[in-house]
Amino acid sequence: MRREVRAELDAFDRAILNRLQDDLPLVSRPFAVVAEELGIGERDLLERLERLRAEGIITRFGPFFDAEAMGGAFCLCAMAVPPERFDEVMIQVNAQPEVAHNYERDHRLNMWFVLATETREEIDTVADRIEAQTGLRVFRFPKEREFFIGFRVAA
Amino acid sequence: MKLDATDRALIAETQAGLPLVPEPFAEIGARLGLPEGEVIDRLAAMRAAGIIRRIAAAPNHYALGLTFNGMTVWDVDDGRAEALGAQVGALDFVSHCYLRPPALPDWPYNLFAMVHGTSREEVEEKRAKIRAMLGEACRADDMLLSRRILKKTGLRLKRKE
Repeated sequence: MRREVRAELDAFDRAILNRLQDDLPLVSRPFAVVAEELGIGERDLLERLERLRAEGIITRFGPFFDAEAMGGAFCLCAMAVPPERFDEVMIQVNAQPEVAHNYERDHRLNMWFVLATETREEIDTVADRIEAQTGLRVFRFPKEREFFIGFRVAA
Repeated sequence: MKLDATDRALIAETQAGLPLVPEPFAEIGARLGLPEGEVIDRLAAMRAAGIIRRIAAAPNHYALGLTFNGMTVWDVDDGRAEALGAQVGALDFVSHCYLRPPALPDWPYNLFAMVHGTSREEVEEKRAKIRAMLGEACRADDMLLSRRILKKTGLRLKRKE
């Protein structure tokens, strides 16, 4: 789905997108604080945020949880899916509730997905289940180290 | 930090997003039967413990024109991977950077760095900058462009007591 849509955004929308990729203050009226920083009204900010979400320019607004800090686990996995079986295998993989996201990539290993489970042990259980269902090897790439993630998309 | 049943209820209530109203924490509290101050205190404790990384917007890269998403992968000397990974992760155009075990012989790469751009040329340019940074410590590399998103969901925490 290489969509070429470029959203119509004005300067305030861009300022909101840039500011709200950073932390929201934990106070009673957090949007009023951010609105004042940006020089717009609280109601205007909330309406624009609602529109950005409705139009899919932001996919969600809220807490980013770290499943590992909660005792859960993530694992990047990859499979080399024969092209003629791609759709069938995609349906089998996506049907697992533990598959958080899944991407098609240009490579012999053409299906890349992330498993998110509440315990480390469940990662192998789910990956083994996918191998049994599809007859294809699931390569597992657990992270050994994550480097500081400060990236923000410039709107 | 040990999460109790109230913390878990709070996570379940907010994982799809915060209500976009003037007093979002009072609104969450009303749904769960908690005072606003307790909602804020519990979220602050989870943020301090790293369970909440931030409370923020998740932008849609595609809608913002970043339609080229490359997973660059690198086979870096084990002895230098940690230090070089930290340098690559600090580049302002790298969104995620991880060390992962390779899967020999199919997959020799141990360092992963995601780059995004509006064109193939732009992501190739960023990839070249990473290559220059890694120098001779890198034996082989590749870039896997994403063709399409097959599935994308947020965290789905099961409710349990």
